[in-house]
Amino acid sequence: MGFIWFWIVAVMLVAYVVLDGFDLGVGILHPFLARSEQERQLMLRSIGPVWDGNEVWLLAGGGTLYFAFPLLYASAFSGFYLALMIVLWLLIMRGASVELRMQIDMRVWKAFFDGVFFFSSAVLAIFYGAALANVIRGVPLQADGYFFLSLWTNFRVGPQPGILDWYTVLGGVVAFVALAEHGALYVAVKTEADLQARARTFAKRLWAALFVVTLLSLPGSMIARPDTMTNYKAYPIAFAVPIVVLLALFGMLLFSRKGDDRKAFTCSCVYLTVMLVGAAIGLYPRLLPATTGSQYDITVAKALSGPHTLHVGLIWWGFGMCLAVVYFIVVYRMFRGKVSLDGGYGH
Amino acid sequence: MDAMLLHRIHFAFTVVYHYLFPQLTMGLALLIVVLKTIAIRRQDERYNQAARFWGKIFAINFLLGVVTGIPMEFQFGTNWSQFARTTGGVIGQPLAMEGVFSFFLESAFLGLFLFGEKRLSPWKHWGAAFLVFVGSWISGFFIIVTNAWMQHPVAYQILPNGVYEVTSFWRLLTNPWALLQYAHNMSGAVVTGAFVMCSLGAFYVLENRFAEHGQIFLRIGVVAGVIASVAQIFPTGDLHGRYMAKHQPAAVAGMEGLFRSQKGAPIVLIGQPDEEHQTIDNPIAVNDVLSFLIYGTTQAEVKGLNEFPRDQWPEPLPLLFYSYHIMAGLGTYFALIMIVAAFLLWRGKLFQNRWVLWALMLSFPFPYIANTAGWLTAELGRQPWVVYGLIRTSAGYSKYVGPGNSLFTLLGFMGLYTVTSILFIVLVYRIIDKGPAVGPLAQASQMVAPA
Repeated sequence: MGFIWFWIVAVMLVAYVVLDGFDLGVGILHPFLARSEQERQLMLRSIGPVWDGNEVWLLAGGGTLYFAFPLLYASAFSGFYLALMIVLWLLIMRGASVELRMQIDMRVWKAFFDGVFFFSSAVLAIFYGAALANVIRGVPLQADGYFFLSLWTNFRVGPQPGILDWYTVLGGVVAFVALAEHGALYVAVKTEADLQARARTFAKRLWAALFVVTLLSLPGSMIARPDTMTNYKAYPIAFAVPIVVLLALFGMLLFSRKGDDRKAFTCSCVYLTVMLVGAAIGLYPRLLPATTGSQYDITVAKALSGPHTLHVGLIWWGFGMCLAVVYFIVVYRMFRGKVSLDGGYGH
Repeated sequence: MDAMLLHRIHFAFTVVYHYLFPQLTMGLALLIVVLKTIAIRRQDERYNQAARFWGKIFAINFLLGVVTGIPMEFQFGTNWSQFARTTGGVIGQPLAMEGVFSFFLESAFLGLFLFGEKRLSPWKHWGAAFLVFVGSWISGFFIIVTNAWMQHPVAYQILPNGVYEVTSFWRLLTNPWALLQYAHNMSGAVVTGAFVMCSLGAFYVLENRFAEHGQIFLRIGVVAGVIASVAQIFPTGDLHGRYMAKHQPAAVAGMEGLFRSQKGAPIVLIGQPDEEHQTIDNPIAVNDVLSFLIYGTTQAEVKGLNEFPRDQWPEPLPLLFYSYHIMAGLGTYFALIMIVAAFLLWRGKLFQNRWVLWALMLSFPFPYIANTAGWLTAELGRQPWVVYGLIRTSAGYSKYVGPGNSLFTLLGFMGLYTVTSILFIVLVYRIIDKGPAVGPLAQASQMVAPA
């Protein structure tokens, strides 16, 4: 049961990163890619009908984490207190900026929300990467299952790290570049002409950066957390993960060169998924490793809810996910094709 | 500053601000379905225009409800980690279900409702509006189930590691407290929706702009308002109050300011509780009424606070007393003004009666105050417990998050919500000033995206 719920939560977080990832990427690129008001509108329309549905995966995933692994939810959310609160503020600012920008036709108003949209998207991407890196590196868990991290201490990974240290900052950079790339490929899929060409150029440039930081992240993880490789050594099949990561990376580049943007974007989805799956494999059966000694690790077994909760949960979760998938198909079908400036849903 | 007090204020501030928006959207969602239904059945385009107009107001409120709602789900973990850790197996479930069953539904169909009218058939567009309504009311239900378990824990057991576990999921969902609270809460949301609609209708009629639409708003708002305002008192408020008297007698004693048990207990209409001397200052009271309201006979004995150890009194007691009295007082006002307005509407005199129109126009803040006061009553009445009778509030908060950190983020939320409030007022003012678009389905809305 613990194994199933570990992967259910992982799948929901992957869905969140892949889906909300492209609209975060659009936010990051928005000031650089779009040269005119029309292009800015096109970029916003490309995510308009879907961004909030994408964000629901975060809420649904957070809720699922809460009831399946209450100890993890309680410990991690209070331990990362300041970082999490900043994420919440950024989510508020970002949601408001997407929706309020078009309400008043005034240059200053729009420019203000463009700025907020870029800032919140960029910092969110960095924080998400840093958050994942924190989980991989581990936190100074106490005997009672709690910890508290400042935003930063001395930027070193040690027994008493801060939320930001060199490794988690690297994680933030990886996420920033990866989501910007993801967004660029998405824009190329959803737009035409100049904007599309510019998105492809950006994707190409970002790709080089992504390639470098992805390669750096691997030795980085091994230094910050020497035991990440345990599961890989025990199950060599897991080495498929880095191979698929590389294949997906090259796929993005090749398909984007050929102008097959859909396939390039799909490769980017695969890249993000497999990066996260790779991290999850390294963690299991730990949910949150301790830097204070492995006896303090929060493991699946330690954090798992009672059996009745989880049985009932499995039933409604399966049913609810089928419904959610149907809604997503409806919305994305209504919204398929290139975006245009006339009509609500772009066709 | 006291760590627990700061965590309480943190949650209270963010949740009170958050609930300003859903109470309107849940009420309005129903009223929009009514408008759409009439538009189709009577083939009356004005009702479609009205629905589109309220859709715009709905969209902004919905957006703010969403973005201010996200912090709520996470604050159980950030600020109330010890509570979250022990009860996550029970209340994490309805919270996760809200995301899975309600938010996906709403996010998918709100876009269709707001921007899909041109390409959907009238009934399909009606369906989108209906599903948004269903989604928002499901959302409300799961939140109430969560809160009801904290008010009146049912169907649980404690596992060896001290964590609570559901024994019957069905009983968790059908907790009698949840059903009563849900009925009372949703009729409260309809009260807000109806009063806001009436207020704007009265404004348009008095201003003689968009008066035709203003009359439609008044008609729908008054009919919904009179039903919901009466239902708010009887049966939902009445049943909820009696159930509460049975299961949270200390809370009821605190709400009523009844320090000593007595037969033929009076109802205090106005007064100031004095905890030290255990009296009510300057009371205006009516004898026997409280006993009658709770037990149906004027001679029944009502338990006073003296029956309970001092460390089990709800606190802060005066705030509980005032919250309850503000809620009940305003609730009575709602029913009276709506009955008068409904009578005038029936006699065909409402649109000419400037006194009642003025009263309706100025009344729109009161349902917000009453709903907030009602929730304060529920939450303060439950004190000093976070889960009634099981976990004290003092055992629930995050011990590792110091007062310095929680004050920092509380101030952050205050600043951020000040900005969102200003934006909200500006944008809603613009929508009201522009008024409902007359004519057939106008150009696609200016907004780029659904909320």
